[in-house]
Amino acid sequence: MAGELVLLDFWPSPFGMRSRIALAEKGIPYEYREEDLRNKSDLLLQMNPVHKKIPVLIHNGKPVCESVIQVQYIDEVWHDKAPLIPSDPYQRAVARFWVDFIDKKMYELGSKIWKTKGEEQANAKKEFIECLKLLEGELGDKTYFGGESLGYVDVALVPFYSWFYAYEKCGDFSIEAECPKMIAWVKRCMQKESVAKSLPDQEKVYEFILQLKKVFGIE
Amino acid sequence: MAVVKLFGAWLSPYVFRVIWALKLKGIPYEYIEEDLSNKSPLLLQYNPIHKKVPVLVHDGKPVCESTVILRYVDEIWPQNPLLPADPYDRAVALFWIKFADDKSPIIAKLYRTEDEEQQAVVKEWLEMLEAMEEHVLIGGKKFCGGDEINMVDIAFCMIAHWLGVIEDAAGLKVFEPHKFPRVSSWIQNFKSVPIIKYNLPNTDKIVAYLKRRKEMLLTSKSN
Repeated sequence: MAGELVLLDFWPSPFGMRSRIALAEKGIPYEYREEDLRNKSDLLLQMNPVHKKIPVLIHNGKPVCESVIQVQYIDEVWHDKAPLIPSDPYQRAVARFWVDFIDKKMYELGSKIWKTKGEEQANAKKEFIECLKLLEGELGDKTYFGGESLGYVDVALVPFYSWFYAYEKCGDFSIEAECPKMIAWVKRCMQKESVAKSLPDQEKVYEFILQLKKVFGIE
Repeated sequence: MAVVKLFGAWLSPYVFRVIWALKLKGIPYEYIEEDLSNKSPLLLQYNPIHKKVPVLVHDGKPVCESTVILRYVDEIWPQNPLLPADPYDRAVALFWIKFADDKSPIIAKLYRTEDEEQQAVVKEWLEMLEAMEEHVLIGGKKFCGGDEINMVDIAFCMIAHWLGVIEDAAGLKVFEPHKFPRVSSWIQNFKSVPIIKYNLPNTDKIVAYLKRRKEMLLTSKSN
C-alpha cells in the first residue's frame, strides 16, 4: 500500500507543511526532497507542468499536486490511521468550506503584511485579524477544529503559525494580543509531534523573509 | 423527505453548476432567486462569511461555495457519480476543478477591465484554454477525462457558455476555435447534454446586463 512516496517541497512553504503533517500523523514513511525554487528540478517541472510549484506528492511515480488535494488523498489511501477528514458528509462540507476560506485568505493577506507598508499593510493586518477571529468562532470550545483529534482544518491552518513571528515583526503587531484563542489552539497543536516536527522555526522563517525583502527590494 | 433549497442568481455560472448537478441526479429542489444588489436576510443568515450565491440548504443546514456544494451533492446522492471512484483519478479530477475554480473569478473580469489590466485577464483566459486543450482533453474522450459528463466539465462551464457573453460585453475576441479544436468539440458535447442544453441562462440578457454594469463601473471611475 505504501509503495514509493516522495514529497517535493520547500522548507518554509506552509502548503508543504500540510502534507508533512498529514504523513507524520499517519506514520507514513516518505522521501523528502528539498527544491531550490530559483532552480527547479526536472522532476518538479515534469510532475507539475501546469503550475511548476511545490509541494508535489509522488506516489508510485504518479504526481498529486495542490496541498489540500494531497491531504485528502493521503487520508483516503491511508484511511485506517488518524483520520483527518470527517466521516459525516455535512461535517465534511463544513470542513471543506473552512479550508477553502483559509486558502482564499491567509497566504495572500500574510504576503501583503510583509510585502507592503502604510495603508495597504494596515488594511491587510486588519483583514488578517478579522479572518483569524472568524476562525476562532468556528473553533469555539473545541480542542481542535477536528474535535478531539487533529482534523483537516487544523492541518490546513496550523502551518501559517510558522510565519506569525515574521508577520508580527514586519507589521509591528501582536497576533496573540488580538487572537488569544487562536494562539492557545496553536500551542495545543504544537504539542503534537507530527506538527512540531513539520513546522520550521519561526525565527528562521523571519530571516528568510528578510532575505526575500532584500532580493525584491522591499524595505 | 428532506427538503432541498437552492439560493441563486439567474446569471451566475456557479449557481448553474449546482442546478446541473441536482438535475443530473434527479433531485427535486426549491429555487430561490436572489437580487444580488439587495440580498435577502435569509441568504445573509445562511452565508454570513461570503454573503454569496449559490447556497444549498439541505434539511435546514446550509452548504456554501459551489465546489463544496457539488461534492456534498455527489456524496449524499451517489447516483450518476460526478467524480471518479479511484482515489488517484479523483485527485487528478480535483486538481482540474481547483484550476478552473482559481481561474474563473479572474477571467470574469474581462468585460470590466481595460488596457494592461485587461491584457493580464486575456493571458489568464488563454492559459485556461491551453490547459484544457493540452492536458484536460488530451485523452480524446467526449468529456473531461471520461465518456460521461462529470464535475470537471461542470467546473469548466465558464468556457462553454459564459466566455462568449463576456467577450461580447468586452467587445473583444479571445477564443479562436480553430486554435483550440479539442475545446471546441468539448463545448459542443457539453452543451448537447439535455440537462445542460435546457438549463442555460439567456445570453442576450447577460450581455445586456454586463454592458450596463461596465458603463456604471466606468462612470463611477471617472467621477
